[in-house]
This record gives sequence, C-alpha cells and structure tokens, in this order.
Amino acid sequence: MGASAAIAGLGITEMGKVYGRTASDFAGEAIALALEDAGLEADDVDGLLVNGNQSPEMTPALQFSLGLTDLTLLSTMSAFGSTAGSMLQFAAYAVHSGQAEVVACVYADAPLREGASISQSSYSGRRFDAPGFAGLRFAYGDYGPANSMYALALRRHMHLYGTTHDQLGTIAVGQREWALTNPRAQMRTAITLDDYHASRWVAEPLHLLDCCLVSNGGVAVIVTSPERARDLRQPPVYLRGFGQCAPGDTARAGRDPAVHTGAGTAGRLALRQAGIELADIDVLELYDCYTYTVLVTLEDYGFCDKGEGGAFVADGKLGPGGSLPCNTGGGQLSSYYMWGFTPLAEGIVQARGQGGERQVPRHDHVLVSGNGGVLNFHSTTILSRHEGGQG
Amino acid sequence: MTTTAAPPKPVPVRDEASAPFFDGALQGRLMLLRCAACDTFMSPVAYLGVPLRPRCVGCFSGDLAWAASGGRATLHSFAIMHQVYDEAFAAEVPYNIAVVETEEGVRLTSQVVDCPNDRLAIGMPLEVTFEQVSDDVAIPRFRPR
Repeated sequence: MGASAAIAGLGITEMGKVYGRTASDFAGEAIALALEDAGLEADDVDGLLVNGNQSPEMTPALQFSLGLTDLTLLSTMSAFGSTAGSMLQFAAYAVHSGQAEVVACVYADAPLREGASISQSSYSGRRFDAPGFAGLRFAYGDYGPANSMYALALRRHMHLYGTTHDQLGTIAVGQREWALTNPRAQMRTAITLDDYHASRWVAEPLHLLDCCLVSNGGVAVIVTSPERARDLRQPPVYLRGFGQCAPGDTARAGRDPAVHTGAGTAGRLALRQAGIELADIDVLELYDCYTYTVLVTLEDYGFCDKGEGGAFVADGKLGPGGSLPCNTGGGQLSSYYMWGFTPLAEGIVQARGQGGERQVPRHDHVLVSGNGGVLNFHSTTILSRHEGGQG
Repeated sequence: MTTTAAPPKPVPVRDEASAPFFDGALQGRLMLLRCAACDTFMSPVAYLGVPLRPRCVGCFSGDLAWAASGGRATLHSFAIMHQVYDEAFAAEVPYNIAVVETEEGVRLTSQVVDCPNDRLAIGMPLEVTFEQVSDDVAIPRFRPR
C-alpha cells in the first residue's frame, strides 16, 4: 500500500542537562527547527499534536504558548512511551483525509533541575502521604516504580529462559558504541562489558547501565502529504505502516505480560500495511527504556523465537558493523530520553541517509517502535525512503 | 559530625476506595475483590496510579465485592532495591519488592519478609503477614511457609 503521508521536517533541540528552560520553550524551538528543516513557516502549520508526558505544559494549551492560530487538528495524545507512533498514525490519516495539511508533532520535557539528582526529578515517583493504594507502594519502598517494575519483568525472563547479564550488557555496549558517532548523544565515553557489570545495581537485576537516561529537550516532526513533502527541502520519509497493541494486564495468573509484549501484534499490523516483510527491515530503532525492552521487543517482532533474545543479541549484531543495526544514535540508553521521539528521530535521520559517520549503508526500510508503561503499550511505525504501492 | 534520625517511612492514607482493604488488614485478613457473577478474584489495584477496578477482568460484570483471600501465595517475581529514593529507606537497602500470586490467582505487589534476599526464589511458597504501621493502617507482606 502506498504511504498516506510523509515526514518532511525534523527538529531536535540541545539535549540533556540543559537547565533554566521550560518544556514549552523546548517544544517551540523543536517545532521551529523542524519547520526550518522542511522549508516551511509557522503559518503553514494547521495541525498540532502534543505528546502528553510528565510535564504539565504538554496540553492543547501549548497552542497558545506558541501563538499558533486557526488549527484544524489539535490534541494532546497519550499512550505513554508508545505515543509517538499513535501521533504519526493520527497525523497521517488526518493529512490523507484532508483534515490538515501540515501537522507538527512534538515531544518536550524538562524534568532535570540543576543540583538535583534524577531520583528527585518527576521520574522518581516520590510522593508522600499518597492516598490509598498509591501510598501502599511507598510504604514498601517501591519508589521510581519503572525501575522496580522492569526489574520484576526482567527477572521473569531470566527465570524462564536463562537470559544473562552478559547478553543484556552486549546491548548496552553496542548502543554506547553507536552513541560515540552521534554528536547529539549525552554519553560519549566508550564502555566495555566489564564496565557494564561493574555499574551499580539500581533495582537488581537492573544495573545502572541497563537503564535509560533522563533528558531535558524537545523533538518535533512535520507530517504532510507525500506530494507536498516532495516539493520541500528534505528527502521525504514516507509513513508506510502503523500498528498498535496494548495487551493489558489483569494482574491474574495465566498470562505473563512481562515477557509477552504488544510488539508481535503491532509489528504484524504495521508490516502488513507497509506491504513488506520483517526481512525487508534494514534499520531498527527500538524503544529502549531498558536493555531488556530491546531484547523482548526483538523476540516479539519475530527476529528470533521467544526466549532466544539473549542468545540472538550476544554476538553484537545490533551494534556498529553488525548484521541488524539497532538504535543507531545510541538510543535512550546513551543518546537522549525523549520517549518515542528518540527512536523516531534517529529513524528519520537513517531513512534520509543523513547519519554521517553512523549512517547504515542500506536504509530503505526502518522499523521504529514505541513502548509504554511496563511493556503495556506498544506502537510500530514503518518509515521508508520509498512511497510504496502504486504511487 | 552529628547524625540526624532518618525520616519516618511513608504510611498509606486510607481513602474511600482502599478503606475495606485496610480494615481487613487491621483484622489480619487480606482483602481482594471477587466477582459475584463468575467468582473471579482480583487485585483491587488495577494499574499504577489508577487503582480503580469497576469491572470484572473475566466477565466484565460490575458486581464486585470485597472477599478475603486464604492468604497463601507463591513468589512470581522479585526485585532487589539498591537505589535510595527516600532517606527513610537508606538503612534498609538492599530490600526486596515482590510480586506474589495468591492461591486465588491474584498478583499483588508487596514484599517478602523473614527471608534473606539471596534465598528468594520464584515459585517459593508464601503466606501473608501484617504489620500495623499506624493507628488505623496495617499493610500486608508475605513470608515463607
């Protein structure tokens, strides 16, 4: 099937410990950069989709902060870390059906403050005197619950399939190696498997180097029609396929959502729409809040059998020079943490062929994943240099 | 150098949705939700930050009532917390966070006590135990049986 829309602009602000700026400020700069990248003006924007996140500023009111007028598409969208894919899907269908022509999709956040550690940021989950069941978690010391809950998930996988820290460490080392060639990456010092093993426990079995960064910054993309994108400044990146899957968790025996994610279903939907096979994917940009997320997502997409993810990644095939380039900018483990906009941004760079030193030679089709909650929400987006279908 | 006392650990504050759970805990009973239509037992905590549970996860009936668990469980997974997020837990690290599966088939996030961390094993048999943490709140944990 031919693409319903294309990405014509990408804007990425300075990332990381960039203090003294608001999420709205980052959002505005990211959109300005994306418009400039595309060769468009703010007046061209008639759609704004805002990625709902930890920031109280990421609401439809961002329109007012940015002074955008006469929008025909406006929403804050939220499917946690899988939102970027949902936004692109909504934007593409809006463009395809004529509801909007130029849709800006934006993620921005500013959780880090100077002199405060990440565990004091909005990602700590810290909250005293929380009512009811929320307070029960804190009574157990279950702070920063993403760490504890992903540790619980990884423990299941290790128990069921014998997955090892050597295997997980290979993912961390490979992504850091990619980051060394990405000028935007926050982490620019090489690490070895020994460094990985020596990094402190956060929530065992998660080492520090299993965990993503936290970043201040913003990313925006401009979605428009394939026709219009071809007339703009950058090579169009066609939106060829979309898939979502939220498997749910009933907190009942009999299912193991910690080791079976929505990637299987979302991936099938997206590939079917794109009219390609898994084997056609040249570059993977997988949501990587933790090393484990990459491993389990690879399994569920079907790159290897369930439980074989550890053995599959152990030869370093995801890293530079490997047979399955994955998270080629360093991912959220080593470049910057903008939820689904981290893998999306790098996917656009690779699909355009603008990766410079880290450019993957063959880059016809790029698979981008989003993951939210604790493996609860999944999105898949297929980006391509080729429009596909009959035109 | 003077040492300052660690701040007290957070104590859950009862609200309307959780009152039956904490009432039961004070009396030594682990309260779950049970569907009157299909008898499915459920955790009262549906999702992180959004504990509300208006419907049965098995048959979508809205006819749910509180019912006591038998209190027996097995260990489904566990994490060992090393990071200190709150000084109240500085002296406790490394401590465990556990997901247990009760004999009614319900998964709950809790902790395992009376067991060193290096003896924790997925599948180990557990039973509920309660600690009263304030005048009107007790919290359930699990110990080997």
